[in-house]
Amino acid sequence: MTDSALAHEHSHPGVKAYVLVAVILFTLTALEVLAFEIVDRGSPAALAAALAPVVVAVLLVLSAAKFALVAMFYMHLKQDSALFSGLFVFPILVAAALIAALIVLFSYMLTLF
Amino acid sequence: MSHDTAHALHPPTTTGLDNRKLAIWTFIGSEVMFFAALIGTYLVYKGKSIVGPFPHEEWTSPAGEHFEHIFEIPLVTFGTAVLLFSSFFVVLALAGAQRGNRKMLIGWLSATVVAGLFFVGMQVYEFSHFMHKGLGYTTNLFGSTFYTLTGFHGAHVTIGLLWLGTVLILAIRGKIPPEKALNLELAALYWHFVDVVWIVIFPVVYLMK
Repeated sequence: MTDSALAHEHSHPGVKAYVLVAVILFTLTALEVLAFEIVDRGSPAALAAALAPVVVAVLLVLSAAKFALVAMFYMHLKQDSALFSGLFVFPILVAAALIAALIVLFSYMLTLF
Repeated sequence: MSHDTAHALHPPTTTGLDNRKLAIWTFIGSEVMFFAALIGTYLVYKGKSIVGPFPHEEWTSPAGEHFEHIFEIPLVTFGTAVLLFSSFFVVLALAGAQRGNRKMLIGWLSATVVAGLFFVGMQVYEFSHFMHKGLGYTTNLFGSTFYTLTGFHGAHVTIGLLWLGTVLILAIRGKIPPEKALNLELAALYWHFVDVVWIVIFPVVYLMK
């Protein structure tokens, strides 16, 4: 192995970190589906009633956490050049603003007709 | 010293970064905007369909025809888990490539391709199942936005599979030595991007009513 390849590999997380991230991703996915099922079935009733008003926020937070874990550890943004992070994060911010603007615009349009 | 080895030791760029890696990240940035447009369109038209069938509710047409709800959450949850695990498999394959561990490289890369094939198969089954349930591309706003968004994602998964499959063939032929591990890393970055797009699509499309 060349020196640069060795240094490059050592800058990446190890197998243990990859396994830990996989376990967390699987757990977060299970939590997403669990939150959906509780609200969808309305059971247990007390938990469903408490969860229903915030289930969208809960799903978005869990999804964002999974997104960040894959980007930081599997796509190596945590270790790689900040330029790569910028090339990825800036469009995400623009995309989020675009989606928010579309939703607001179309909601406003519906009030006109 | 071979040209490739020299290139790996001293990337001749002004940024000090490999141009190919910079290019794939720039491409991924543009893909973020592409999927933002599709996800934004889906959200804008969410719940605006005048006629069914609907994603989570049953519907009876004025002619008395009954339609079941469309989504099958257990199936798509399983597909989501498989796609997430494929991202895990490909980082292990990359670790194998960087260490010069051919067995690890080929084994985990094969697992990635199999997982990707399963996901595409799940999506083909899902689409045909939805068609049988009465949801065509032009049936209603839900059908048009759903098939466009998830169809484009499926096309990206298919392209990723072709790319990873090509790298797998090169690896089997012994053409991915440690100094060429970047060839796999670029394909893996694209694959992870396809995965993170699904991480957004899964709750937004399937779990949010």
